[in-house]
Amino acid sequence: MIQADLNVILPELILAVYAMIALLLAVYSTKDKMGPLLVWSTAGLMALLALWIAGSGSGNNVAFGGMFVDDGFSRFAKVTILLSAAAVLVMGQDYMARRGMLQFEYPLLVSLSVVGMMMMVSAGDLMSLYMGLELQSLALYVVASMRRDSVKSTEAGLKYFVLGALSSGLLLYGASLVYGFAGTTKFEGIIQVAQHGEVSVGLLFGIVFLISGMAFKVSAVPFHMWTPDVYEGAPTPVTAFFATAPKMAAMGLFARVMHDAFGNAVSDWSQIIALLSVASMFLGAVAAIGQTNIKRLMAYSSIAHMGFALMGLAAGTVFGVQAMLIYMAIYVTMNVGTFAFILMMEKDGKPVTDIASLNLYSRREPGKALAMLVLLFSLSGVPPMLGFFGKFYVLRAAYDAGLAWLAIAGVVASVIGAFYYLRIVYYMYFGEEGDELDRNSSPVLWGFLMASAAVMVLGIINMFGVEGAAAAAAATLVN
Amino acid sequence: MSVFAFYLFAISAITGGLFTVISRQPVHSVLWLILAFLSSAGLFVLLGAEFVAMLLVIVYVGAVMVLFLFVVMMLDVDFAELKAEMAKFMPLALLIGLVILMQLVMAYGAWDSAHGASELLANPITTEHHNTEALGLILYDQYFLLFQLAGLILLVAMIGAIVLTLRHRKDVKRQDILGQMFRDPAEAMELKDVKPGQGL
Repeated sequence: MIQADLNVILPELILAVYAMIALLLAVYSTKDKMGPLLVWSTAGLMALLALWIAGSGSGNNVAFGGMFVDDGFSRFAKVTILLSAAAVLVMGQDYMARRGMLQFEYPLLVSLSVVGMMMMVSAGDLMSLYMGLELQSLALYVVASMRRDSVKSTEAGLKYFVLGALSSGLLLYGASLVYGFAGTTKFEGIIQVAQHGEVSVGLLFGIVFLISGMAFKVSAVPFHMWTPDVYEGAPTPVTAFFATAPKMAAMGLFARVMHDAFGNAVSDWSQIIALLSVASMFLGAVAAIGQTNIKRLMAYSSIAHMGFALMGLAAGTVFGVQAMLIYMAIYVTMNVGTFAFILMMEKDGKPVTDIASLNLYSRREPGKALAMLVLLFSLSGVPPMLGFFGKFYVLRAAYDAGLAWLAIAGVVASVIGAFYYLRIVYYMYFGEEGDELDRNSSPVLWGFLMASAAVMVLGIINMFGVEGAAAAAAATLVN
Repeated sequence: MSVFAFYLFAISAITGGLFTVISRQPVHSVLWLILAFLSSAGLFVLLGAEFVAMLLVIVYVGAVMVLFLFVVMMLDVDFAELKAEMAKFMPLALLIGLVILMQLVMAYGAWDSAHGASELLANPITTEHHNTEALGLILYDQYFLLFQLAGLILLVAMIGAIVLTLRHRKDVKRQDILGQMFRDPAEAMELKDVKPGQGL
């Protein structure tokens, strides 16, 4: 019995045990030199696990009495999470090492947080949901304030921690209401009670509080206040991590709760999520216009993108979930490339975040400028790039589900949002003469930037098979 | 008798909670909170959950609250100023509180016990196990995964506390046990033959 259960959670188990062994090894050896080595080994292990899950995972496996669900949906999310976390770890290694921030705990905290994320997307019970969420968040709070001697980094960590605790409180309160009214914490039990048209008021309140808690984790408006400050304050590699894997995990969790536990009462929650979605898209688009710090700008950009991903969820259909998964996979790939570029923005060895420093960047580094141009076009959703197809899928899902107003709002917000992405392009190609940035180019960052940009262009042929995988994944979640 | 005890504990728990929020002295707040915890421990005893009651007393009252007292006394925070800040937002906060209260009344007004809940309430654990045993059986069997995850969360908390606060100081002398054991008396010591009355 326990053997079968452990087999199902084997990937999580391996990663957790690896983190603990590596921790002991690092503590009992030359600590400071272990940092880079552990970054590479952690990233390697994550990539291997991703390949393994993608290659060998099959069927619908339930472990620990329904607390842990391993299905196509969770596998899709896990592969995205593992690959993006591995990429971001490798990308940030040089940046952290040069600033003396690469303590050996950093890769281990990241891997424990990834264990939490994998638990989140596989949760089949309100309690395992919460445990995964806390494991992930607690590690994130710590890495946000990793730069101890910077006031901003400490503030970012503290702010994230306090607001995260508040949102956990909301989520737990919702969970307790759901438990009180459904009589069970298991999703398969809740879905029996939460039938369309018979959802009691108490259960509805529970859903609302649960959604509020999860909206905080995906930084959807009106629970987004922490995002810009945390993105700005955290060290850039950590910001890159925040913008990728945790977002995928939180969206995966969101979709799992809404469909696995409340899938029979779609009309009761789809309006709430549609509202979150439209507010996030517009706030993300409008508030980013005034930003000159590229990290804050990316924070607002991520808020807007989460709005689009939520649109797929609001549709409440199989196609909606598929669109959401495709959108998230594309979003994560774009952000990996964009943050590789941001990590290369340096002047005299110091990181620069002001977008005005990119003036006439294209004259000095045409290759990198072109790659960034492709990524920015893709982020804003300009047609030939992959980002456009992501948006197209969610818009179609919303339209098919009868949410035409939401789809129209999405188009309008996307047009507004294009302004600030294109402004960076303007600076790079037509700006004024200004101080030059350093011409360092670490091969790793350069590789990630170019690969990500290439995916945005080449992906339009067949999306590298992501479309089919997402369709299969969505089909296992929604029934 | 047990009804009387229930109301006694319930009222003192609510009073404790209320005064935790409104008392002016933070130390008093902590003391009121202790009262609230003790009363809830009493409520647990009434429910027949002695183990949870004792845990509450030992962990919360014994450890967490003492920690709170230390933190409150050692932090230099001007609570009067914080309170003044809070007064600015009071009307809005009251409004939100009122709305949530009304929603809760609506939610609990529609309370409807789940099927079979009353039998479970009457007899929460099988009689052949006592409290601690029953909790252990659930914790290590049904909730094994959650229990282990909780352990991982605590590990992360520990790593986090060390990462964020530990600073290696170079000017502190630490004991080097191996170094001590491998000291060679011939090198470490120099014997001098001091003549009486002459000094070195």
